[in-house]
Amino acid sequence: MLVRFWGTRGSLAAPMTVQTSRKKIRNALRKSIGHDLGSDEKIERFIDTELSFAESGTYGGNTSCVEIDGGGDEYVVCDLGTGCREYGNAIMSKSVPQKAPVFNVFQSHPHWDHICGFPFFVPAYIPGNKIKIHGCHDTLEEAYRMQNSAPGFPVDFDMLGADIEFVKLEPGKEYAVAGMKVTAMEQYHSGDSYGYCFEKDGKKVVYSTDSEHKFESIDESYGFVDFFRNADLLIFDAMYSLADAISLKEDWGHSSNIIGVELAHRASVKQLCLFHHDPNSDDATISRILAETIRFEELSEEGDALKVCAAYDGQEIKL
Amino acid sequence: MIIDEANYGSTLVLYPDGRLDQDTADAFQERLLQAVSAGKEAVIVDFSKIPYISSVGLRAIMIAAKQSKSDGVSLSVAALTPTVNEIFEISRFNYVVTIFESLRDAITAASDDALNAFEAG
Ligand SMILES: [Zn+2]
Ligand SMILES: [Zn+2]
Repeated sequence: MLVRFWGTRGSLAAPMTVQTSRKKIRNALRKSIGHDLGSDEKIERFIDTELSFAESGTYGGNTSCVEIDGGGDEYVVCDLGTGCREYGNAIMSKSVPQKAPVFNVFQSHPHWDHICGFPFFVPAYIPGNKIKIHGCHDTLEEAYRMQNSAPGFPVDFDMLGADIEFVKLEPGKEYAVAGMKVTAMEQYHSGDSYGYCFEKDGKKVVYSTDSEHKFESIDESYGFVDFFRNADLLIFDAMYSLADAISLKEDWGHSSNIIGVELAHRASVKQLCLFHHDPNSDDATISRILAETIRFEELSEEGDALKVCAAYDGQEIKL
Repeated sequence: MIIDEANYGSTLVLYPDGRLDQDTADAFQERLLQAVSAGKEAVIVDFSKIPYISSVGLRAIMIAAKQSKSDGVSLSVAALTPTVNEIFEISRFNYVVTIFESLRDAITAASDDALNAFEAG
């Protein structure tokens, strides 16, 4: 299985400013003093070995869009936040289509940051394409239609060239889509949201964003332990610190890195991926949160070793 | 979980002993809320015998911190072990309660009468 992250930001797109990019260049040039940068190869090596990820790159600013490629003959993607513009463009740019023109979207919920890329998803404009929007909400079609209509957008939903279908799912039920086994689970979030578990050839990926975890104790009785169990990759809403998530931002529907590590340990997850980054966090802040999360995992001394990463736009994880 | 206590003037000090996790957080929370509602000016938790705190332990502190705010009681923690100190920072609980390096520092900040009583043993 291959997971490609096209959008990893929570709530609102958060592009980098010119000041930030200049700061990165200044910092990189300063660090390069005294290094031999006489060839492209040497420059690449310098970037890889002397600069941190936050110094040389960026986590990106697109909102939720994650492609799950189980090797099947149809496309599968979770949510259509602003990241789906580049996802659609990447598919269109291939001279030979990689798969049949059927796009299976799994919708966590219809909040704007999870649908707002759709008007710029080029495959939706092309006759012959099929887009199946799967989800457990009754309101998905309403949300998509409202977004593609005046006065908010010039192209009405009915003018889109692709054949668009809404597929209602039931949480807890197993579905077979694009050669994968898919199961949904209800999550605590304003208006509800749903997490999705994808399984193929003994590999398991769970996409669980916009989900607040309220529990008295993390034991077998907490349904998410079972839902996350033995996942090779858990994409987890870690938008806030634990202190914020249970005080000021309680009931805002998001979770923290601390809860992510504790749940992942309890469920014997192999890799935890921090996701739905706060738009107020810059690259350095996200890297700091990642480093702290790795440290907390070491301190917690529970369960098997857990790998922790922070999702970034353009990231690919092969399982 | 064993939780000793001591009164220094109008300040109450709790001395919990052991990991603060699922097995102990309920008892800790109950004792902490009692302490906050005991009519004292300040409550200090001596953390020197807590090797680890999980999210449920932190949640107990959050609930007590909210209670102490509405009751007008000062709640602080003191003498954190290095691991617990790191967990407070990672979870941003260093912004939830005041952390003192030592119990004596916390008592000094609480009041003069607490410090006098503490010094007198
Ligand atoms: Zn969201
Ligand atoms: Zn949401």
